[in-house]
Amino acid sequence: MSKKAIMATVWLDGCSGCHMSFLDIDERILQIAEKADLVYSPLVDVKEFPEMADVTLVEGAVSSEDDLKKIQKVRAHTKILVSLGDCAVTANVPGMRNPFKVQDVLDRAYIENADLNQHIPIKVIPPLLKTSVPVHQVVDVDVFVPGCPPHADTIFFVLSELLEGRIPDLTNVTRFGA
Amino acid sequence: MKRSSKASIKTLKIDGIDVAAREHETILELAQENGIFIPTLCHVEGLSEYGGCRLCMVEIKGSNRLLPACMTTVEEGMEVVTNSEKLQSYRTMIMDMLFSERNHICSVCVSNGNCDLQYMSVKLGMTHIGVPYLNPSVPVDTSHDYFVMDHNRCILCQRCVRVCGEVEWAATKGVMGRGINTRIIHDLNQPWGDSDTCTSCGKCVNICPTGALFEKGKSAGEMVKRRDWLPYLKLMHED
Repeated sequence: MSKKAIMATVWLDGCSGCHMSFLDIDERILQIAEKADLVYSPLVDVKEFPEMADVTLVEGAVSSEDDLKKIQKVRAHTKILVSLGDCAVTANVPGMRNPFKVQDVLDRAYIENADLNQHIPIKVIPPLLKTSVPVHQVVDVDVFVPGCPPHADTIFFVLSELLEGRIPDLTNVTRFGA
Repeated sequence: MKRSSKASIKTLKIDGIDVAAREHETILELAQENGIFIPTLCHVEGLSEYGGCRLCMVEIKGSNRLLPACMTTVEEGMEVVTNSEKLQSYRTMIMDMLFSERNHICSVCVSNGNCDLQYMSVKLGMTHIGVPYLNPSVPVDTSHDYFVMDHNRCILCQRCVRVCGEVEWAATKGVMGRGINTRIIHDLNQPWGDSDTCTSCGKCVNICPTGALFEKGKSAGEMVKRRDWLPYLKLMHED
């Protein structure tokens, strides 16, 4: 038997809906597991990204300095990087803050709308970038899977194709906002 | 357009296929009659042509520039190419710019799933936007009793301006500014709800290709545009 592919998933600025949709492939996850090992993901305990992943799915936009560092590291250690879902592909809902200044956004969230302990956190929470951007605006992306979230069937199709060594053709399969 | 029964016939080639056209017919009309798909956004059958979205650009043998199929009338012996790598790359570029110029957040848009811009992105096989988003700060006009104008979703196709002027004859909607600062306005750039000329007929709302114009109270994906009255526009123009 040939060696299994090394697979990872990353969660940046998204709602985790794409990861939920990934889990919605249900029992078909066994077919994926026959061909790939999920070695790093919000769904597993390992904290260190592997030396080299064959396929990495990225959910979420790049919104903070932490997101940016993470995705640069992931890109350097991934053969095929997949932007999974509208946030990764278009910035989507996280990008709705983009027409506003970062300071105004923080004021709105932590002061105007806070009932108790009104202050803008400076520790633990990573600083926001000026705008929330799609993944391909900061690193090269190999496959784009739009959808909010992409349907489980779409995700299964993408993974099946990738694990067979093919780049999936997503024409007429999914769309922005699907 | 009025068509005489004595109109002469032109013969030409579209994508290598021999076709016959009536005089004064546009390349777009001819292609549609022959089941050849040319992407459009600003074109609406029954309204005047605007030629603004540039998605219907085609190659014509002997011409060194691309021409909009909706504005170009057929000529004897013409050889038209409606789809090529070059045209595809230009069309994708136009779509990239339409999506990036305003804030099109499909997943939360009232027209999600019922949007011509979204539909065209699928037809053109787009999976992402190739240019950075501009994230402009543009207003949402909620002053009208029944309708909302959300400039975040507007692609400036001017369907609303044309339907308001040419069919409803109210001419409430107009255009202000140039280039990237162009905005659809009401009367003398006043809130829609303060307009003296708007008849609240809703034609602009239903003809709008995106979620830029919608009925109040509609949430994400709920705004389905009614276009069943569109064929009558054409009949009306012919009488």
